[in-house]
Amino acid sequence: MQTLSEQILSRAAGRTVMAGEVVTVDVDLVMMHDSLSPSIIRVLHEELGAERVWDPERVAVVIDHVAPAASVQTAEKQAEVRRWVRSQGIRYLFDVGRGISHPVLVEEGLARPGMVIVGSDSHSTAYGCVAAFGTGMGTTDIALAAATGQTWFRVPETVLVRAEGRFRPGVSAKDLALYAARRLRADGATYAAVEWHGVEFLTIMERMTLATLSIEVGAKAGLVPPVFAESGAILPPARAEVRRPALQPDFLQVQAGARYSQVLTVDLDRLEPQISAPHTVDNVADLSELGRVAIDVVYLGTCTNGHYEDMAAAARILRGRRLAPGMRMLVVPASAQALQRATADGTLMTLLEAGATIGTPGCGACIGRHMGVLAPGEVCLFTGNRNFRGRMGSPQANIYLASPEVAAATALTGYLTHPQEVEARLPLEV
Amino acid sequence: MARVWIFGQDINTDQIVPGRYAPYMLKNEADLRNYPFVEHRPDFAPGVQPGDLIVAGNNFGCGSSREYAPLALRLVGVGAIVAPLFARIFFRNALNLGIPCFTADLTSILRDGQEVELRLEEGLIVTDEGQHIQLPPPPAFLRDVWAAGGIVPFYRQYGHFPGEAR
Repeated sequence: MQTLSEQILSRAAGRTVMAGEVVTVDVDLVMMHDSLSPSIIRVLHEELGAERVWDPERVAVVIDHVAPAASVQTAEKQAEVRRWVRSQGIRYLFDVGRGISHPVLVEEGLARPGMVIVGSDSHSTAYGCVAAFGTGMGTTDIALAAATGQTWFRVPETVLVRAEGRFRPGVSAKDLALYAARRLRADGATYAAVEWHGVEFLTIMERMTLATLSIEVGAKAGLVPPVFAESGAILPPARAEVRRPALQPDFLQVQAGARYSQVLTVDLDRLEPQISAPHTVDNVADLSELGRVAIDVVYLGTCTNGHYEDMAAAARILRGRRLAPGMRMLVVPASAQALQRATADGTLMTLLEAGATIGTPGCGACIGRHMGVLAPGEVCLFTGNRNFRGRMGSPQANIYLASPEVAAATALTGYLTHPQEVEARLPLEV
Repeated sequence: MARVWIFGQDINTDQIVPGRYAPYMLKNEADLRNYPFVEHRPDFAPGVQPGDLIVAGNNFGCGSSREYAPLALRLVGVGAIVAPLFARIFFRNALNLGIPCFTADLTSILRDGQEVELRLEEGLIVTDEGQHIQLPPPPAFLRDVWAAGGIVPFYRQYGHFPGEAR
């Protein structure tokens, strides 16, 4: 009996492998983004001596980390990456405005259940939302994988997070993920994988919230079982040209008797909105424990919570209301598809009418490089995944992580606010 | 002699090199050597000498996959890093770059600024007070990568990844 990671890595290694073994595996997809592509290209050609990537149809390049370019040097490096993509015949370049690599590769049908996907980004655990073994690596490992089509792993043990029940109003996937960080701590799943069970009712992108935050407890991968039948979890069609494409979900499934190194059970019916306070992701408390925390800017975005679902959840709370005086609210959609959907159904207009502003789909200020960098002393309520000191700009800024629902409620009041409080305190403008 | 630099627990890669100081963001990429711990500990980059030892608390290097964090440490010649637990991407990146990482908790045994001798082959630290500290030996497949000087020379030499002879 095997965990999801053991099943996927067995298939990729061509033999049955179990946790603890060190294995060489075939990778199905290599993702690199603009921030690290220049160094990956240099290692590939100059250090490894490779002339070409192993398969130009299985390398995806995404311009998302500084998109659009914010300086001459980032523009120059992006131009260099585009030239390289053309010279290599790489099929999948997702350029400025298409969005963040992780949702984009899922939307494009490139990330599929059962795949091994390595990305030059720690949040590549995201691909676990479609039950792919996604993991982040550095420049040299990605260059090696792009050159050879292989990498090596120690097959991870698995920490099981088992959710029971359903979220109460105003509580969502982010609260479950932050609660898991609170209990497991920042190193609780280091060298291990996380499996998230009991969350089949979530959409694919809501599952991505869980999968991306798996790295924040140290995990190598964060997988949601490949059950797509229930509400809203529509797996985008696989690209016809993707080789080894859609595994039938029954190829890969939770097996009774699989070994888990740790089990955390979470009662969703009792879960309150969770807040991660500065400056570590596992510094989590119930919102109700925190008292009055004034917020200067609300930032809704990232691969963790910049999806259509997140904008729609915020819009439901903001509809007919205005941001608190002096409040700024930045919305940076995770992908162009999310932005299009929010435009088509009026979600975007609701956000704009409330006083929010919109950035180009991409990573935005998550890495503190552009599009909403924080000043010393500023306090940000962020729907992203890291509140490390200096992460979004000044090391003297404070970042609180929370759900999009809490973000919207807070944007209306100016201080950390439970979404349920809004109804009572802020009647609709007529 | 090498100087000991003590760091706390959960040191993340944004503290080692903030994303704003990535090579991608710099006019001159060689400037990266000026930026390890630029905001977290501004006396580090000007004071560190080749061979110096980083001794840190639990979960060193958590966060981003940015290899330029360990690269910045290599550029200033950090001789080894000792921590009770390393975040996995950082550990892999450091291994790939040939920076020795030892798993041990020495934060309460060594002092910041203390002079020690690091004998890498023996996995031994000898302090200025004559104390001998034996570091736990890493698994053989990791020692082989260090011996080759990093993952790229290892791969070029052996034609396969660590842990498997193909």
